[in-house]
Amino acid sequence: MSRIEDRFKSLNGNKALVAFFTAGDPDLSASKEIFSVIEKSGADIIEIGVPFSDPLADGPVIQASSHRSLQNGTSLKKIIELVRDIRGQSELPIVLMSSFNPIFVYGQKAFVEDAVNAGVDGVILPDLPPEEAGEFLAIANEKELDTIFLLAPTSTPDRIQQIGKVSKGFIYYISLTGTTGTKEALSRNLEEKVTAIKSKVKLPVLVGFGISGPEQAKEAGQCSDGVIIGSAIVKLIESHSDPIARDKSIAEFISGIKTALTNSS
Amino acid sequence: MKPHKLPDSSGHFGKFGGKYVIETLMPALKELERVYEEAQNDPQFKKDLDYYLKHYVGRPTSLYFAERFTEHLGGAKIYLKREDLTHTGAHKINNTIGSALLAQRMGKKRVIAETGAGQHGVATATAASLFGLECDVFMGEEDMRRQELNVFRMRLLGATVIPVTGGTRTLKDATSEAIRNWITTVESTHYIIGSVVGPHPYPMIVRDFQKVIGEEAISQIMEMEGRLPDTCVACVGGGSNSMGLFYPFLENKEVDLVGVEAAGLGLDTDKHGASLTKGSAGVLHGMMSYLLHDEDGQVTEAHSISAGLDYPGVGCEHSFLRESGRAQYVTITDEEAMGGFKLLSQLEGIIPALESAHAIAHVMKMAPTMKKDEVILVCLSGRGDKDVNQVADMMGVSL
Repeated sequence: MSRIEDRFKSLNGNKALVAFFTAGDPDLSASKEIFSVIEKSGADIIEIGVPFSDPLADGPVIQASSHRSLQNGTSLKKIIELVRDIRGQSELPIVLMSSFNPIFVYGQKAFVEDAVNAGVDGVILPDLPPEEAGEFLAIANEKELDTIFLLAPTSTPDRIQQIGKVSKGFIYYISLTGTTGTKEALSRNLEEKVTAIKSKVKLPVLVGFGISGPEQAKEAGQCSDGVIIGSAIVKLIESHSDPIARDKSIAEFISGIKTALTNSS
Repeated sequence: MKPHKLPDSSGHFGKFGGKYVIETLMPALKELERVYEEAQNDPQFKKDLDYYLKHYVGRPTSLYFAERFTEHLGGAKIYLKREDLTHTGAHKINNTIGSALLAQRMGKKRVIAETGAGQHGVATATAASLFGLECDVFMGEEDMRRQELNVFRMRLLGATVIPVTGGTRTLKDATSEAIRNWITTVESTHYIIGSVVGPHPYPMIVRDFQKVIGEEAISQIMEMEGRLPDTCVACVGGGSNSMGLFYPFLENKEVDLVGVEAAGLGLDTDKHGASLTKGSAGVLHGMMSYLLHDEDGQVTEAHSISAGLDYPGVGCEHSFLRESGRAQYVTITDEEAMGGFKLLSQLEGIIPALESAHAIAHVMKMAPTMKKDEVILVCLSGRGDKDVNQVADMMGVSL
């Protein structure tokens, strides 16, 4: 059983919290510290962002974070080493989120092997839909790396079925028609959409892209299996130059979300 | 008849092309595929398009024998396909009229576009005005500075020009921002991409709307020379004017096809836009194609004197033609392009766009090596009025 599957099983119906941050922002040793703070504050899965020069699905907050990270010389190779380092002390499921090009250039086979060896449990590649993922899926399935695909408000019933078939770990439901972290309110038909997905797909369905605080997390948690929070955490990292204050604010934020989710279970 | 049966049903040209986009956009791309196929099978669509191309755009554009330019170079006969004579002054309008008709068919009231030199932005703003559509154009701040005349034209035409401040503030970033906007507004908006780039079906649709260039050129050269040219030459940024010229010639293997990329300050520097010559396969803006990127897969900055060639990617069908060997790709530096810009102005009374000046500059190299009974057909993709301020500036002349 994969670490991700295992985690959902142990949640026993409680809502999952997936927390995202960009690797290498402000630097890789801070990333290790941030991981540990998020883990201790109650996150169930941590999603580590691989920075890309042209992140098309991201709003201004994660774009800027990617840019800062690349300025620091962060590379996919160094991020895999970061995961290896973290894995020495943590059994929390780790998911990498990346644009496809850094992985394509690294070599799909080499990437999957290195990532799995380092302790990566799953990947989210937003710009690699199932139609283009044939080669990647074959390699990932062989090495038992979970392939987490996205579904959107615009997804048709056919696509829900198609994507459900190739997804492993969980389904990432994009709660808004837009880029990451850009809208304040959740879309009105969230519950209807998540219910439609759950009727066709056996995997847990998590909601992300528009969750910025406890209220939204609670609301999204009520109709789904959990939430993914990214931009709000990245904002805290960006706004605190003092590491102690930064870690304190992240810990409070994550605990707050976790409490809200417990109340929505 | 189709010169080659590509893209395949999944939108690929060999290993290139495809649909590398977030799920949010996938249904819209499928809808566009469906609507485009219906339009192609609808005689009324073709009739409407032909009507606007003839009466509004001013097609067919002439094929002009550049006699003084030919004599000066002392080799092959040079014919210019005069896309500079279209309404708005560049080939971009061929695509935007067709795409605006598609937007209407889909019932979308708003269109968006990215632009580098501003030509595609102007062409989109023009089509939007013609058909009563709302229009937002994304343009890098650096390009807005280089092309302030086109910015003003777009605003006059009723479009909103949205400055893009990310990255290098040029075409690459304008395209990224247009895609992000489309992700947010996809249900009400049609994205009109300006070149043969982006996710399927865009490279196919834009090529099909541009192939009128090559189709006209074939019948015109047959009339004037009684045979096909030996060589076709066109500049390649994203590659829409070159794809439009090349496509109808693909089956005629005796015709050499030469695409001219921007060598900027030189191929041995990192300031160029020569994706096919110096890049390698990668994924950007929804497609697999040749790309300028580093060993970590981060896209690198392109450079060219001409905003329209200042792009680190290139159309996926060009990548396919390069690998199959059906087309050759060469490069021209900023300085050489300036030479072409000036020479054509002086010898023929035609001021070419700086993009097209790259094709002209390559012709200046190759024509003298060819026989006098050989024929070069070059796509003069746009007129150079938009570049006059920039060129004067570079020549140290204050206007």
